[in-house]
Parts: sequence; structure tokens; C-alpha cells
Amino acid sequence: MLGIISYGVYVPLWRLQRNAISPGLRGEKAIAGFDEDSITMAVAAAVDCLENSERESIDGLIFATTTSPYLEKQAAAIVANALDLRRDILAADALACLRGGTIGMRIASDIVNAGSAQRVLLTAADVRLGAPESTFERDSGDGAAAVLFGDSANVIATILHHYSISNELMDVWRLAGETFINTEEDRFIEEEGYLKVVGEAVSRLMTQHSLTPQDFAKAVFCAPNPRCHRSIGAKLGFEPHQIQKALFEEVGNTGNAYPLMLLIAALEEAKRGDKILLSSYGDGGDVFVLEATEYIQRRGLGLQAYIDSKRVIDDYRRYTKWRGILPVDKGRSVLIPKPSLKEMMRRQDETLRMYGSKCTVCGAVEYPPQRVCAKCHAKDQFDTLRLSDKRGEIYSYTVDYAAGGLETPIVTITNIEGGGRAFCILTDASPDEASIGLPVEFSLRRSYQAIIPEYIWKARPIRMRE
Amino acid sequence: MESIKDKVAIIGMGCTKFGELWDKSEDDLLVEAAYEAYEDAGVEPKDIQAAWLGNARTAMRGAALAIPLKLEYIPITRVENQCCSGTDAFRNACYAVAAGVYDIVLVAGFEKLKDAGPERLRARYLYPDLFPQVPLGLPAQEFALKATRYFHDYGLSYEDGKRMLSRIAVKNHHNGTMSPKAHFRKEITIDQAMNAPMIAYPLGLLDACGVSDGAAVAILAKADLAKRFRDDYVLVKGLGICAGAKQAQLREDEDLIHFEENVRAARIAYEEAGVDDPFTQIDLAELHDCFTITEAITYEDLGFCPRGKAKEYVEGGVFDLDGDLAANPDGGLKCFGHPLGASGVRMIYEIYKQMQYKAGPRQRKNPSLGLTHNLGGTTGAYTVSVAIFGQRD
Repeated sequence: MLGIISYGVYVPLWRLQRNAISPGLRGEKAIAGFDEDSITMAVAAAVDCLENSERESIDGLIFATTTSPYLEKQAAAIVANALDLRRDILAADALACLRGGTIGMRIASDIVNAGSAQRVLLTAADVRLGAPESTFERDSGDGAAAVLFGDSANVIATILHHYSISNELMDVWRLAGETFINTEEDRFIEEEGYLKVVGEAVSRLMTQHSLTPQDFAKAVFCAPNPRCHRSIGAKLGFEPHQIQKALFEEVGNTGNAYPLMLLIAALEEAKRGDKILLSSYGDGGDVFVLEATEYIQRRGLGLQAYIDSKRVIDDYRRYTKWRGILPVDKGRSVLIPKPSLKEMMRRQDETLRMYGSKCTVCGAVEYPPQRVCAKCHAKDQFDTLRLSDKRGEIYSYTVDYAAGGLETPIVTITNIEGGGRAFCILTDASPDEASIGLPVEFSLRRSYQAIIPEYIWKARPIRMRE
Repeated sequence: MESIKDKVAIIGMGCTKFGELWDKSEDDLLVEAAYEAYEDAGVEPKDIQAAWLGNARTAMRGAALAIPLKLEYIPITRVENQCCSGTDAFRNACYAVAAGVYDIVLVAGFEKLKDAGPERLRARYLYPDLFPQVPLGLPAQEFALKATRYFHDYGLSYEDGKRMLSRIAVKNHHNGTMSPKAHFRKEITIDQAMNAPMIAYPLGLLDACGVSDGAAVAILAKADLAKRFRDDYVLVKGLGICAGAKQAQLREDEDLIHFEENVRAARIAYEEAGVDDPFTQIDLAELHDCFTITEAITYEDLGFCPRGKAKEYVEGGVFDLDGDLAANPDGGLKCFGHPLGASGVRMIYEIYKQMQYKAGPRQRKNPSLGLTHNLGGTTGAYTVSVAIFGQRD
């Protein structure tokens, strides 16, 4: 059967109290850590989605975002490498459009339906910036989601129908070179944009397939703000209990990831046979009707667990430094030397895929991979071993107050379960949390940006115990 | 294998003042150190048959020594081996002399770090084994990782561990007040050391050595020719050097509370020098105190005290200037700073002066054997040199 095999989400650990943006605002917004971006968050959601699936079984990867670090160059290639996917896959970015997540869903499911790929992984993530203190900054949040489509005996949901509209309207945009999103007047973009387009798409789809609101267990609406979210359901005749709860209070609108995150929230509650209406908006609208199968079940840690696992900051300056809005005294970090891009190419298995070598003679695991075993001196007799999904334990650590940069780095030597040792940074932690013996897991993060963003796997305290 | 013992003699040495020498060029440093050494040895520049130049960051060729000294058309080799550059240049010169190829040679160790910013110490290409996991291989990180684990494994609280390290800093600063050529010549207190701003937990500012400029020069001769130049020449007794292969970064069963490279280099030098009880046989040692924890661990690696006993020995004054085994009698890297390639030869300068009873207020009563020690690199991949010197019979 064709459909959704698995899903995963990622909400960064960090939350900004909205009243730090402006006094009186309520709730929190999820914010990417200083070393996170849409690529690293997409990888995190995909890891949550893939869990125990064989990475080799993935035939395609779509990455949807409006906040790729690159205007030219594919971000999906980086995501695919970090996920240790095969080389002979179709990788594609869905860029710039706010509904890239659902466009990607349509493409992924159509590719699978057409039989040209068995399994396609869709990832979506965004770190969108509103101008400081704008309503957009208030309502947006950072996050990622991943959905695996494929042909499998036990898909958890199938796509019954879909309908799309393409609509040209200047409501939300960001020109090349601009940092912040521009928006037109609120009532104009709500009435001529969101409410009109989504209203039209949903109505037409329901008419086409003789469906009524009562046919749905849940309806997902991705409105730009809470007011619109309240209006759309009522306008289309859905009862409040049918409407998937928005995430404005605790996360914010996560851009490309948002429709998928809300769909996942709906799937987590779905029972066999439940129909879910999924709608999205951005330069038009996409609508899907999905139905949960007998194999529907909660999986992974779940969206709520990610929402509950948080560290709240109320320091707006810290947040604006993380996003590069407020210039920081770079101190000694301005001396970050340029990497050799040739060397980066040679070492990408070690950096992005976090491969170690396992000696076939003595069994020693070494990271990064070596040519001659440090234990038994066998030459070139190694198996490749992916270490990014292993856990570890801090063997020693230091907090380097002289290193400069956005956050004081906690440098560790971490022993990896099953053997091997990594010299790595501990992230998502404050200095007083570092300790010898601390259990850690690995998380892809940004390291330097001398020419281009460089990505490495850092250690972080195990975020949620399974 | 033959030992180097008693085959090569130091017949003259020179050393500049170390510090932030804004008004001195690389050439100034080499000229000052070399001409002090010529005068000390009673030789003319034309007597030098070959030369070695140790430095890690400043000059890439032997001609960097020929140009300021106007050495004319003699073989000059530039040696780079991290913090051991100076000692390794010295070592290579010793072998050439011992082989009988040359009678009189010159060894210079120098570094001009302060013209460039910290990037001279931390360029990414210098530590490809750390790229790209850790920010730029900052030395403080590397040694702080050892300190954290040392405290943990020996059950030292932060206060206890820090007090041991501070005691080392206080000792070296005290010795440095008596060293006219040192960069820092100021007493510090335990409280100052313990409360200094943190650099890399648990190491503070006063656990670290400084960054400075400096140069030192030695003139070597075949041992059987040495008495032509002076009576109080100093003999090379043993030379050990070795490099780690990154084991402690790669293998989860490696500890971080000792430097295997220290143990191995010392073993080589001790065997050559006939040292089997270093604590009693060695009277003074110039140790690589880039950070106080390095000096503490090195006591144990070199057999100056049992494992885990550094705190007891340090706090008992064993390594003080008037203790059983004086460690860093001139103030060490703590007071001279660490111009990488200069440090090894500067250490030999102190041992040489002590052997000749010319160390002024720092003079040891019975400087039988003296040792120098350098350590540089990254976790598991340090290069360590240990050299041992003694008076003539």
C-alpha cells in the first residue's frame, strides 16, 4: 500500500519568552540554538523519523525550506549526507515557497505512486526572521518535521485526495539579500490571501469528492496568526474540536515545517479509519485528505515530548545575537581561518556522516577513520561504522572562556558506546551541566563559517529518555 | 645503539631577555643571543662549521639564521617540531658532532610570536587532527581536559586541585623574580592564582604561561675538544624525543592523566644518561609548564614522584628552588613565556648556567644532573623531548 510509513519532528530545545520581545506578549516561541539552522533541524527531524529504518532503503530526499543557507547550491545534498543516505538517490530542495512542505508531500507521494522510487523522505524546516519586535517575529517559531512516504504493507496513513491552487499575491516576501520578511497590511493579506485561498481550496476539494466537514476527525489549518486560525475553521463549517490545535502559544508558526508538524500531531491522535484534512498556504494552497490505516500508532517521542523538553530564555539580546541580528564582538573568533574546501570534500564522510572505522582484525573503533589501526597496527582493514546515532559518555571536559564566539564552548572528550572516542563540543547545555560520565547523544550542528557554514556532529545531553 | 652520553659538550651559550619585545626584530634576537654565545665560548663566527635553527612559526629556512649572523656558506638546517623545535635542533646538532662530521656547531632556538596575533598559534592547518571538531585546537582546552580528569581520578575537589596548581604557579613566579631575562618577574600569591579569571575550566589565567618573543643560542663542540675552550663546559648525557600517534584521542581505554610521550621520551634519555632513580639523581629540571597541570603531570611521568602524589610533593616544597629537586629554577615558561622554538634552548641555558655556578640567587648547591623537558602538540599526539646534562668529571 502507498502512503506514510513514518514521521518525525524536531522542536529545538530553546524557547524565547515572548514578553522578552515586547512586554505583555504571552507564551513562548521555539528558537533554533545558536548553532542550528534549517539544515541541522531537518536532519534532527529525519533522524527521529528514520529511527531504526535502514537508511539504505531511502530512494529520494526532498528538503523544503525558505531559509536554506544557500541561494545557489542544494541544501538537500547536505541533509542527505548527514543522514548517511545512499548516493544514487533523487535529492531535491523545495525552496522559497512557504508551502514547500506540502508541495514536497505531493511530489514525494506522486513519485512513489508513479513507481519511480520505493521510499522518499520529505523533510521541512525553517528559521524565519521577522524584523525585531514585529508581529511576525512574535508569531513565527523554528522547527522541523519529516515524513517518510513509500510502498509498504503497513503504512500508517494513505493519501486519498489532494487539491492545489497557485495564487499570485504579494503578501509575504523576502528579496535576495534581505534578512527580514516583509508583509503587506494584515487585513489585506488575511482576507485576500489566507482566508480566501485556503477557503477556496478546501471547499473545492470537498465538493469534488462529496465530502463534508463531518467526515473528518481532524482538520489542519496553517494560519499565519491565531486570529486567522480561529476564523478559517468556522468559515468552512468545522467544529472547534475538529480543528488541530495550533502551536502559536508554545512554538510559533514554523514555516515549511508547520503543516507537517500539525499533521503529525493529528496522526498521533488518529484512530484507524480517521480522515484528516491537511491544508497549507503560501503563494496558493494545498489540501490533502488522509486516512489512518489499521497500522496507525504513536511512534517516536512525539511532538508533545519535544514541546515539553525545553529551556526558556528571556534574554532578547542573546536571541538576537544567535540570529546575527545584533552584531557581536567577535573577539578572537574573527581569526577563524578559512577551511580548504578540497579537504572538506575529502573529509565529509568523517564530518557529515560521522563515520568511524572499526578494525576487522582487533575490533577497535576509531574516530575519525584511520589508515593504520592505533591498537593493532593493521593497515587498511576497517569496516565503516556510522557513529552519529550512537550514544556516548563524557570522559573529560573543559569550558573554554577564551575561545570567543557566540556561546562559550564546552569542549569534551567523549567515549562512544561500542568503542571509540570523539573530541567534540557539548551543545544545548550550560557549563554547569557538564560533568564526567554525563550520557550524551550526537546532534548535527553548525561550527564555523569562514567561507561557508561548516557542519559537525556535537554531543548534547540526552534530551529525552525513551 | 650507542648513547650520546659524554660525546658532545656545550662550550658557550647566549640568551636574550624574553618578553613582548616590540622594539626588537627577529634578526635582533638572533644577533644578541649568538654574540653572547660567541663571547662566552671564546669563538669567532668563522669557527662555526654548521648550524641548526629551531623555530615553529617564525622562519621557514636556515637562511633566516645566516642572514642576521652573516654566516657564510655553511650548512644550516631549520628544525620544526612544535614546542620541541629548539631541543630537537639541539639534538640533531649533537648527532652531527658526535658523528665526527663537525667540531664546532651552533644551535639557535627562537621565535617572534608577538608580531602576529594569536592566529600564529592557532592556524587550522597546524592541527589537522583536530579539524573540524573543536574550535581551533586552543592549547588551554587541551590541557584543561587533562586537569578535569586528573582532579576526578585522584578525587581532588576543584579547591584541592586548584590549590595544587596554584602552588606550582606561585613557585615558578617566585623563581622568576630572580631571573633577569624573564618576561614576568613578580611574586604572586596562592589567592591570586586561585581566583584569577578562568580561561578554560579549571585553568585560570595564572595557570597559563605567557606568549613572548625570545632567542637562545648554544655552541657545541666534540667533548674531547671542549677543554680547549673552557674548563667548565657542560656535557650532554642523554637525549630522548618521541611523538604520539594520537592514541589518547582515538582509544577509549587511554587515560588523560598522564602523557605517554613523557614516559617514553624520559625512558630514552634516562637510559642514555644512566639514570635509574630520577628523583635522587636529577638535581634540577626545566619542565614544560605551559599550564600548571602540565608541570604537575610531568612530575609523575618523569618519575619525580609517584602517580597521584604531585599535590603532596608540591605542597611539601619538594620542587621548590631549595627543595630536593628544583623544578623550573629560572621561573619556567610561566615567567619566560613560551616562544615555541626558543624555549628548549632557553631551558638548556639555565641548566648550563647552573652547572657553571653562574645562576646568581637561583644557584643550586650541587647541580649534579639537570634535565630539560618540552611537550607540544595535541591530545595523544604530543611531541616530547627530554634532555639531560651534567658537569664534566
